[in-house]
Amino acid sequence: MAFEGIGASVKRREDGRFLAGRGHYVDDMNRPGQVYAAIRRSDRPHARIKSIDSSAAAAAPGVIAVYTGADMAADGIGGLPCGWQIHNKDGSPMAEPMHPVLATGKVRHVGDPIAVVIAETKAQAKDAAELLVIDFEDLPGVADIRAASAPGAPLVHDEVAGNVCYDWHIGDKGAVDAAFARAKHVVKLDLVNNRLIPNAMEPRAALGECDVSGHYTLSTTSQNPHVIRLLMGAFVLHIPEHKLRIIAPDVGGGFGSKIYHYAEEAIVTWAAGKLRRPVKWTAERSESFMSDAHGRDHVSHAEMAVDEEGHFLALRVSTLANMGAYLSTFAPSVPTYLYATLLAGVYKTPAIYAEVKAIFTNTVPVDAYRGAGRPEAAFLLERLVDVVAQETGIDRVELRRKNFIPADAYPYQTPVALQYDSGNHEMTLAEALKAADYAGFPARRAEAARRGKLRGIGISTYLEACGIAPSHVAGALGARAGLYEVANIRVHPTGSVTVFTGAHSHGQGHETTFAQLVADQLGVPFDQVDVVHGDTGEIPFGMGTYGSRSLAVGGSAMVKAMDKIIAKGKRIAAHLMEASVEDIEFKDGAFRVAGTDKAKALAEISLAAYVPHNYPIEELEPGLEETAFYDPKNFTYPGGCHVCEVEIDPETGVTKVVNFVAVDDVGRVINPMIVEGQVQGGVAQGIGQALLEGAAYDANGQLLSGSFMDYTMPRADNLPNITVGTEITLCTHNPLGSKGCGEVGAIGSPPAVINAVVDALKDYGVRHIDMPATPEKIWSIIAANRPKMAAE
Amino acid sequence: MPTISLKVNGKAVSAEVEGRTLLVELLREKLGLTGTHIGCDTSQCGACVVHVNGDSVKSCTMLALQADGAEVTTIEGLAAADGTLHPMQAMFREHHALQCGYCTPGMVMSAIDIVQKHPEGLSEEQIREELEGNLCRCTGYHNIVKAIAAAFPLMHQKHAA
Repeated sequence: MAFEGIGASVKRREDGRFLAGRGHYVDDMNRPGQVYAAIRRSDRPHARIKSIDSSAAAAAPGVIAVYTGADMAADGIGGLPCGWQIHNKDGSPMAEPMHPVLATGKVRHVGDPIAVVIAETKAQAKDAAELLVIDFEDLPGVADIRAASAPGAPLVHDEVAGNVCYDWHIGDKGAVDAAFARAKHVVKLDLVNNRLIPNAMEPRAALGECDVSGHYTLSTTSQNPHVIRLLMGAFVLHIPEHKLRIIAPDVGGGFGSKIYHYAEEAIVTWAAGKLRRPVKWTAERSESFMSDAHGRDHVSHAEMAVDEEGHFLALRVSTLANMGAYLSTFAPSVPTYLYATLLAGVYKTPAIYAEVKAIFTNTVPVDAYRGAGRPEAAFLLERLVDVVAQETGIDRVELRRKNFIPADAYPYQTPVALQYDSGNHEMTLAEALKAADYAGFPARRAEAARRGKLRGIGISTYLEACGIAPSHVAGALGARAGLYEVANIRVHPTGSVTVFTGAHSHGQGHETTFAQLVADQLGVPFDQVDVVHGDTGEIPFGMGTYGSRSLAVGGSAMVKAMDKIIAKGKRIAAHLMEASVEDIEFKDGAFRVAGTDKAKALAEISLAAYVPHNYPIEELEPGLEETAFYDPKNFTYPGGCHVCEVEIDPETGVTKVVNFVAVDDVGRVINPMIVEGQVQGGVAQGIGQALLEGAAYDANGQLLSGSFMDYTMPRADNLPNITVGTEITLCTHNPLGSKGCGEVGAIGSPPAVINAVVDALKDYGVRHIDMPATPEKIWSIIAANRPKMAAE
Repeated sequence: MPTISLKVNGKAVSAEVEGRTLLVELLREKLGLTGTHIGCDTSQCGACVVHVNGDSVKSCTMLALQADGAEVTTIEGLAAADGTLHPMQAMFREHHALQCGYCTPGMVMSAIDIVQKHPEGLSEEQIREELEGNLCRCTGYHNIVKAIAAAFPLMHQKHAA
């Protein structure tokens, strides 16, 4: 039998059902008596709702009910909760305006839900939703963060002055000012981190049910069913947890956008209770564009103080972050503790000060999207470092090496709160440069020039933070949730194993990876281990999957639970083999008496545990099942080096990524094939951000990129082959040594791409290009600078 | 409502449909073939690709009425009766060409059509161009392209035999 333990590229067991068309996604579910919900949404960015006339809709064929915000309010339903509270510089709490489930009084962004129509068929519901007559009084809107934070800007919430959600800072301002005063060079850069629309391929969907005894079930496209149960049950619908079950079955991609508690989940659950019929809602893609939380959308100014030799002395950053119209579940944490705390990157910059203003605008709420804050930090820093290189004349690789935190400096305390546990940036850099044949680049550039093409190469050496934790520290910083993960491991009487995990798989392949991990540690065959996730009726209270945490946090909980299984197994084995517990060793699936050939297989122990005839029953409970909660001591810190090579056609401005190398330190790897796939997917989203994608609004807040016709998703012919390498330093504080791999691709790649584009255009006097570097943008730069070139 | 008759995955079926019912709605909602997915509303994503009379078709772009009398193959109809995967399905698994699985049925149906339409051979660049009509958000396409290239000899060898 092939090796299927830790480190083996085992083929995924989930693939069987997906390839056969037997996946089980929310929209695939249908219940007897099911009815359909259609949401009427605002088509305008900012308006007062003067009246809603639902008479025609209510009278339309098949319509069962029409509900508005007033109906929800009458049932005592308030707003959607926010899961993180940031405090301002002066210690006061952030502005946290009401986020109604269905709009009341005002709509604040295109896509804001106003009413729900429930009908016998989907077509009837949609038809009737069109019949609602809503009398709006349009108000001036604002979409751009700079415009929204300017004096006199329209107010998204009347009670939030200046549209400022919070004005926060971190770091030692005095030390930074002093360092700038003695710097040889001060290098400044203004950047925009473009707004992205996540676009998981499965549109969101929700199916609410309520049985005769008042037990509710919500099947939903979620990355974290227990979080939804807590938020929706306790804070929105006031359904006690024992009467509320959340099922997140096969989910077709998330990338962060399916972490949050969305209005539609509450709407279908509440309506199912009122109507006592199952109520199903499935988003059309156009609804996804205007109701799934968007990502990024920062405007920043950064300054680096540098000494004569090129050592970074201090970094000063000021950022405006777009929150959208309301606070999505974890939005406030993204531009603060997931962004500004990462501004040290891989460098030993001794002083850092960052201030962040979060601003409300008439746009879809913004929250964590693949990387969440860390891509914004990495882009800022890695662009800035390249500009420092350009302006000081120091080679960009040398400049990075000069400022790297050396491998022997770990654990390393940064000036912005985090303590990195491990890393080796020189190692990932060297490996990536080798794999990308960096040394051979000048020859490739010359060859491209002969063909009339502009070739450039860019690198980024980045670091990020995964598995946000520990709970008590996050709590002190404003988190309103725990950040542990849970695992329950059930060894069945005959020795097969079921793993119940709080982590959720929506593409990550947990059913394979976690089975490998548990099979390896318990010494049972891979096919004897099953993984259950995604149903609060089956799994203990866990926090789900986000922030590349599933293995580092969820896997560590499994290790803890297995430790308990083994400890109990040793006591049973000691009893059965009449030995002392201290003499029992567990190895390769068997309990052995040290120094003898006496051994009992795990299956013999589990059988004894469930059929406790010969069993230490006075001191030990029967059964072999253990639960463990793992609350990490720290974040994990994956990092690495990405190298991107591009070729630009000066006639069209089209950039082709001709080579991409990612060498990442993700700690211990369980399944290299899956890790490689995660990195490739992340890099594709990063290349998408750098070259193709950008949510577009007009000044007032009308969404201009509202479909796949206007929002450029990366397609197969936009992307290169992506070479992935891993170099490993182990995480020092979790039992697996794993760090996380889900987001590294999307974090490391955008600056590598833009650094390559700027490098390709270096003869055109280009210092910086904001993302996405579209053909139009690049062509315009080339066109504007051509006469100067010709004259030289 | 008019009644249509067609063959789906080799089986004769008939159904009453509204004039506006899309082929994908017929498959998913009337016939319970939920392997074919809906990922957009502008015929861009390709999650709904099926074969109609041997050609790949975005089933969100065709009325059910237009499929009257047609032979339709969906992802559920690809594997042999004993469960043996079609070579394209097998290569998708072998090369880790799927993650969340949502684009996968449409991707596999398109991929089969691409390979069938190019018996002369396919370069990597051609595969990437031919995949223009199918979006995947998870894989970055790298492994999908590899899987299609690997399925090519298996499919044409099978046809030759």
